[in-house]
Amino acid sequence: MDIRAQLSMSFHMDKCIGCHTCSVSCKNVWTSRRGAEYMWWNNVETKPGAGYPLTWEDQERYRGGWEVSGGSLRLKLLKGPGKIRTLANIFFQPNLPTVDDYYEPFTYDYQNLFNAPAGDDQPVARPKSLITGEFMEKIVLGPNWDDDMGGSPLYASNDPNLKGLSESQKEMLTKFHKLFFFYLPRICNHCLNPACVASCPSGAIYKRGEDGIVLIDQDTCRAWRFCVSACPYKKPYYNWANGKSEKCIFCYPRTETGQPNACAHACTGRIRFVGALFYDADRIEDVAKTPDDRLVEAMREIVLDPNDQRVVEEARKAGIDENWIRAAQQSPAYNLFKKWRIAMPNHPEFRTVPMNFYIPPLSPILHNAKAENGGTFDPESTEFFNEIDKMRIPIRFLANMLSAGNEQVVLESLKKQMAVRIYIRQKRVGDIGDSKAKSVLSSVGLTPQDAEDIYRLTSLGTFQERFVIPETHREHMTTVDPRTMYEKRGSVGFGQKKKEFLGRTW
Amino acid sequence: MDKVLFGAMPYVLIFTAIVGAIWRYRGNKYTWSSQSSQFLENKTLFFGSFPWHYGIITILLGHIFGIFFPSAILAWNGVPVRLYILELTALSFGFLALFGLLALIYRRLTNSRVKALTSSWDVLILIVLLIQVVTGVLNATMYRWGSNWYAGAAVPWIWSILKLNPNVDYVASLPLITKVHIFNALIFIGFIPFSRLAHFVVLNPYKYLVRPYQVVRWYKRTPQTENIVQYK
Ligand code: HEM
Ligand code: SF4
Ligand code: SF4
Repeated sequence: MDIRAQLSMSFHMDKCIGCHTCSVSCKNVWTSRRGAEYMWWNNVETKPGAGYPLTWEDQERYRGGWEVSGGSLRLKLLKGPGKIRTLANIFFQPNLPTVDDYYEPFTYDYQNLFNAPAGDDQPVARPKSLITGEFMEKIVLGPNWDDDMGGSPLYASNDPNLKGLSESQKEMLTKFHKLFFFYLPRICNHCLNPACVASCPSGAIYKRGEDGIVLIDQDTCRAWRFCVSACPYKKPYYNWANGKSEKCIFCYPRTETGQPNACAHACTGRIRFVGALFYDADRIEDVAKTPDDRLVEAMREIVLDPNDQRVVEEARKAGIDENWIRAAQQSPAYNLFKKWRIAMPNHPEFRTVPMNFYIPPLSPILHNAKAENGGTFDPESTEFFNEIDKMRIPIRFLANMLSAGNEQVVLESLKKQMAVRIYIRQKRVGDIGDSKAKSVLSSVGLTPQDAEDIYRLTSLGTFQERFVIPETHREHMTTVDPRTMYEKRGSVGFGQKKKEFLGRTW
Repeated sequence: MDKVLFGAMPYVLIFTAIVGAIWRYRGNKYTWSSQSSQFLENKTLFFGSFPWHYGIITILLGHIFGIFFPSAILAWNGVPVRLYILELTALSFGFLALFGLLALIYRRLTNSRVKALTSSWDVLILIVLLIQVVTGVLNATMYRWGSNWYAGAAVPWIWSILKLNPNVDYVASLPLITKVHIFNALIFIGFIPFSRLAHFVVLNPYKYLVRPYQVVRWYKRTPQTENIVQYK
């Protein structure tokens, strides 16, 4: 056993209100620089929808992630002769998204509002490209272009997760009176088998041993930009001004000191949970090779039980600090993903073994049920509970997105969430019946204590309960970067503001 | 004149290249990048970057081979058919590079996004490279047989430079275009560390072929960098 620690974020999708506070706080802290304007290390997408960059989930187009071929794992990017193909495509990459797949960053000519000469017409602030500085005729794409447009045939029908749904099902999805949509907040998954790392010819990308955060060494990156192509989640971004790739850094300067990530801290819906996990690094390859229908299960198996004494001993032997062991034992990530089994990874079939987890939303199911039953139906009942699996369309859609198509995994989580609701409703309102509520709970394998805990964490969770982040105490360690914390103060680690002989200033 | 251009300048420019490379690598490593612009434009780039790189890298490797094994080239060229094959191959790669380079220049001039990001260094090196490739192709077509006299005249001169005993006589009598080609090559070398040309000097990609996929770095453990997950 090779036990390692990993920081992991979980998202309660039902509670996301799509306010983008997370994206904006991330942008303000990390990416409000030239060349990075278009990057949203944290972004929130409306589902069904085309996403950002457009149709990123479609790996026929981008060839991100891994595939199992002849019993061994291979980057999808490397079809044909293997790694040589990577190097042969270094001069021009056929699968690289371009700025038009994200959007051309722009600002507005606000000065005109002040400086325009007197005239008959109201002055306007025309959009201006941040790349060329020229006026733009028309803005054709922007961050969250299809925000809240789920259901609109123009965007929703481009959602790659709709594959496997029949034409009539798709039609139902987009029919106006049954319209539903929900939000998918995304950051880098800090995968156990990261495709970005595996594709980098320079060896500039690495996973940190102590906390599993995946980073790009900015000094070693040479703009070969394979990470952008290889990551199936499109979470490394190419800085077109500096000629370096950048990605979500899990706010490591914050997590190292025990603070939650900027996005998670700012989240108004309090949908995010951050905690530590222990996993067995010897088994990464096996997990990544597991067939689709068993993938989520295999990922749950690789995560170790931090309350098991043997695991604790192994962790100590591996040099994991006591505060990390304590944090892992109270980890919301562990509870949601493994103990209660209500959270699951986003697109595990990309086989990067992603380490962020999502609690699938109940509301599409409930809304649909209401609509199908004439609008006044109350789906929070034991009758509906027993029929959840009839809600095939939304479940299929969620399964395509969260469990490599395995509907059972999604169903288990939805039923558990329903059971907790029914149990708490019985406690509060008392209109369901004690025995009915208890039997619903036990039918999904939850104890009343579990139900109380799930309820507590997901609806009342305090700051300390939602974020259990152990400090890293890097100040005591020899570091890869020899500068002391004191020398690094005030720098963000990007763009060392130095001038070249001619031209460019970074 | 020849003494200065081909006796002294090589040292100045090679020295500049070495010191410049060390200076940039140690002081400003962050800027060491290929500055890819594919993100901004990828249609013309396809017709520029692929032919250019495959052409120029083959040609460069040919030149380097010649420096170390001039006699091999002369021996190969001893049979006319083989000489034609070598010259034709080299020339076609030269044209490939020229075609690619023209596409790259066209792209830099016409695409507004790429233009906005073009620095003075980019312009400079494109001019230097254009001169280099054009004079190279002219050499090959006008003064045959280039591969023979490259091995016979230029290579001994290069060795005289490398042995710190410059002998300009080898190149003094060459035609003007060839002299431009040689001197421009020196300028090119001098520019390498300061421009995006630096991208092909530190070739870390070669490691990629042998390393396992995953890279892990530790703060507490030694060695700090470790490769795990050994699948092929
Ligand atoms: C040996 C390995 C080499 C590699 C891996 C390499 C890779 C690259 C890459 C990735 C780019 C960026 C293309 C883009 O815009 O996306 C580039 C551009 C460029 N390379 Fe190379 N290169 C190599 C050798 C060379 C050599 C030997 C030369 C010249 C003698 C050269 C000259 C250039 C030039 C001039 C550009 C800029 C093209 C433009 O105007 O956009 N490269 N190279
Ligand atoms: S989500 Fe993408 S960028 Fe993040 S670790 Fe996984 S492969 Fe790398
Ligand atoms: S801040 Fe929270 S609720 Fe708002 S969009 Fe982001 S994840 Fe959703």
